This record gives sequence, C-alpha cells and structure tokens, in this order.
Amino acid sequence: MSEIETQKLMNFLIDMDRIGTRSYIDSLAAKTSYSKVIETIIAKTLEEVGKKWEEGILSLSQVYMSGRICEELVDEILPPGNNQRKNQPKMAITVFEDSHMLGKRIVYATIRSAGFYITDYGKTDIKSLTAHLHKDTPEILFISVLMLPSALHLKAFICELRKDFPSTKVIVGGAPFLYDEGLWKEIGADAMGHTATDAIMILEQVMKEK
Amino acid sequence: MKDKVMTSMERVLATLSFKEPDRVPLFLLLTMHGAKELGLSIKEYYSKPEYVIEGQARLQKKYQTDCLYAFLYASVETEAWGGEVIFSDDGPPNAGAPVIHSPDDIMGLNTPRVYESPSLEKVIKIIKGLKEISKGNIPIIGVVMSPFSLPVMQMGFEAYFDLILNRIDLFWKLMGINQAFCVDWANAQVEAGVNAMCYFDPLSSTTIIPRDLYLKTGHIIAKNTLSRIKSPTAIHFASGRILKIIDDVAVTGTSAVGVSIKESLAELKKASYGKMSIIGNLNGIEMRRWTEEKAENEVRKAIIDAAPGGGFILSDNHGEIPFQVPDNILYAISSAVQKWGKYPINKYENSLTST
Repeated sequence: MSEIETQKLMNFLIDMDRIGTRSYIDSLAAKTSYSKVIETIIAKTLEEVGKKWEEGILSLSQVYMSGRICEELVDEILPPGNNQRKNQPKMAITVFEDSHMLGKRIVYATIRSAGFYITDYGKTDIKSLTAHLHKDTPEILFISVLMLPSALHLKAFICELRKDFPSTKVIVGGAPFLYDEGLWKEIGADAMGHTATDAIMILEQVMKEK
Repeated sequence: MKDKVMTSMERVLATLSFKEPDRVPLFLLLTMHGAKELGLSIKEYYSKPEYVIEGQARLQKKYQTDCLYAFLYASVETEAWGGEVIFSDDGPPNAGAPVIHSPDDIMGLNTPRVYESPSLEKVIKIIKGLKEISKGNIPIIGVVMSPFSLPVMQMGFEAYFDLILNRIDLFWKLMGINQAFCVDWANAQVEAGVNAMCYFDPLSSTTIIPRDLYLKTGHIIAKNTLSRIKSPTAIHFASGRILKIIDDVAVTGTSAVGVSIKESLAELKKASYGKMSIIGNLNGIEMRRWTEEKAENEVRKAIIDAAPGGGFILSDNHGEIPFQVPDNILYAISSAVQKWGKYPINKYENSLTST
C-alpha cells in the first residue's frame, strides 16, 4: 500500500468523513482484501496521524475521531469473534486513578482498528486492577495515566505485578510520560507509547517474541 | 530605574508594558507546597482559608516569587456545580464523576451562585486574606476555568467532543450557562482583591483542537468572556501548543499567555511581543528530578530566549508546580532568577557556554 493511499485515507479521517472513509476502504479492499487493508493501510494511516499529533501538526480531537471512525469501520468489517482475530495476545487496557478516559479511548480504538481484540477494565486503582489481573491475566496491559502522582503510584503496583504475573508486559502512556521521557523506566514499565499507534508496534513485537 | 529594587507589582507591571524592570519576574505557581510548609495533609490544608493564606505568604517570602496565587485546584468549580472532589496525599485534588451525565441534562442545568457555594466562598476569603498580605505590592493571581474548557470536568472529554461535533445546539446552550458562571466567578474574585485573572483554557490549544474549530468555538467564547472580566487577564493553555493560533489569541483582549515547553520560547516571544506577554515555560513534570545545576541552566536558557525587552514572566508551563518538586530545586530556580535575571540581560554572560 502506497504513501498516496495513506495520505488519501488520512484526509478523509481528519475531515471526519465517515462515508468517504468507508467508500475509500471498500475501493482498496476490492483490489486486495479487507484484512490486508486493515493490517497495512489503516494501521499505517493511524500511525501517521499519531506522529503528526506528536509533531504538533494535528490535534487530539482529530486523533480521537480518526480512531473512532476506523474502529467502527473495522467492527463492521471484522466483527468480534471473527476467526481472523485468532492467535492474538490477550490484552487489557485501563485508566489508572482518573476519570478522564480520552487517552485510553484513543488507544483502544486504534488497537481495535488494527483488528485486535482488547478488554477494557475502565477506571481502576491498585486494588481493582490487581483484582482484574487475578481474574483474567492479560499478556499485555496498557495503562493510561493523566497525573504525575498516579504515574508514581504505579511503581509499587508494577513491582508487585512482576512477582505475581511475571509474563504480563506493562505498557504505559499519558501526559506525565510525554513530559518526562525517563518516567516509564523509573516506575518499572516495559515500554511507553508516545502515540496510540505505538501500542500496535509494541504488541506486534510481543507477538513476534511468542 | 533599574538600580532601584522594585516591588513585585512594579516589576510585573513593567514587564507587561514591554519595559524591562529591575529583574525578570518569577511566578512560581505553588499550591500544595503550602501544605508542606504548614505540616498538613493536602486535604487539611485546603479545608481552611487561613491555612492557604499562611501557606502562600510563607512560599512567597521563601522563594521570592512575584505573585500570590489564589488557585486551590481546578475542581473547586465543579464542586460548586455539585461535583465530587477526590483528595489524595500527594497530588492535586481531582474531579470525580461528571456532573452532566447526558447531553440532555444541559437543558435543566442551573448556574451555581458564587456566594452560595462554600467552595467558592472559601476562595473569596483566601483572596481577601492575601490582599492584606500584599498591601498592593504583590500581584494576586486568581484562576477561572474558561466556559469552553470547563465541560471537560463537567461531562468528560469524550462526551464533550461528541457534543461539540454532533450537538452544536446544546454546545452553545452550555457555553451560555458556563459563560455566565465564569464571568460572575471571575468578577467576584476581582472584587475580593485579585489583580489579574488567569483564564484557564487548555481545550483551545492546538494540542487538543485544530485552529479552524478553535476559531468557531473557544476563540469566540474567549473574546466574549474576557471583555466582561473586570481585570487584566492571562490565558493559560496548561502545556498546550499555541503558535498556530497566537495571532488569534492576541485579539481576544488578553494581556498575557501561559506557554508550553513543547514550543520554542524564543519563537513564542517573537510572535507575541508587543501584543501579549508570555509566561512560562519550565517543565514542571521533569523538574521533580532536576539537579540544582539543571534548574539553573533551564532558567538561564529561558531568560536568554525570552527576557530581553520585557514582556516575559518566568514560570512553569502548566500553571501549577507538582507537589513532588523538592524545595532545593525551587530555591535553585529562584536563585538563578536573582543571579541571571537582572536587566539589562547580558546574553554573553548568560550564555550557557560561559560557566
């Protein structure tokens, strides 16, 4: 899939043109397949959108709507339970100690848009997150954080997680990590995402290592 | 003029008039650090106006900061709307669940009355106490959430985006309600003794929305609201980017803008000089693990980039310094301003290579 196709899709998304987006994806899929379009062009386009947000060219609202539009389309094309979703790592996502769900929502939509299934734990604290993990241990846990104190609270949680759930990878993201590049290492996370599509690259890396 | 030591008020007024005062003004926007000074928990500290008044007085004296800050926490406003506030031991109090549960709630929303809201009344008492301390020599800065940004706490980010994009009728209805509150609340603070209002508007930054949407929403609201606030204002975007909208912000009527570490201070100064002063842009999140040397270097760099000609107040880039930033770093920042911030700024002496 070419850069021109990525750029065209991006233009539909940042204009929030759902109909144009669907029509364009249909036209691309007609030449190859929907799963190919999802894996390559949609993922690549959202990656570009994320990069442009980091560079200050696009805004968070555009990232959010791009993710939402793609997520809805992928759910139409590839409903949950579809056998193309097999062999995926078990994943979960949460917002830690905050009610602002936007960052998590964007990552969730981006991961779903790439054809993956992910469980949403919603808002958690140390106690409720630990309870989730005991019930349903994911291979990859994405944690969205808004406030610096919450990021620092994660350190103790991650330390305990390593003992009880050693194979769970912890990927963090959110404002405190964007303003302090060393923070994710300080708290013991496995990686951090600058943008939502970093989540895709990280989980694909985990799948390769399996 | 530059040999005389100015009061903080004189210093700040000079720089806002694009004149060079005796030294670069410093706004160390400290809030929860007052609790540390008094040996109280954050929740206890915010429970009584006299604690905050004493805390601000001690902090101002300790760090030679050029303002008294009447801001407690952002959700003091959502408290007035009936929202919950969640206190913690080591961070700013946070807003609880949204007070607007669905867009249709907006039709029945009533504007809180400032003088009937205990949380707001507390701030008014604090401002009156700070006025006694200031005696007109130290600017008192109040904070009000912009009508455009307040809904992030009232209804959650995602629901609010959906409202802006899909229910424009209800969006403008909410803006009318919020604007009435914002103006009342800001003017109540001015009447109590605030010298300048910080209009907190992160949603208008291009980090969050594109310029064309800003021009149709936050920009119109800012122009309309700021004209009704009876004091000079500064718009703060809470670390958000603004270079792409800086000329638009300049015509809102604001005197100053809070600027982000994510943009070049030199470029921001060049783009705004003569129109708005800039306030910023030290990285408060990273500050927690700075060394004293790093703190001094960051201050020197900011001064070189933005201080010449006035129109600059050194501050952090978010509008509040995290609780985790230790005292020695705050001292280092303050000392660096005293050492390197005297006008005229000597760029060669100030250069980071000439240590």
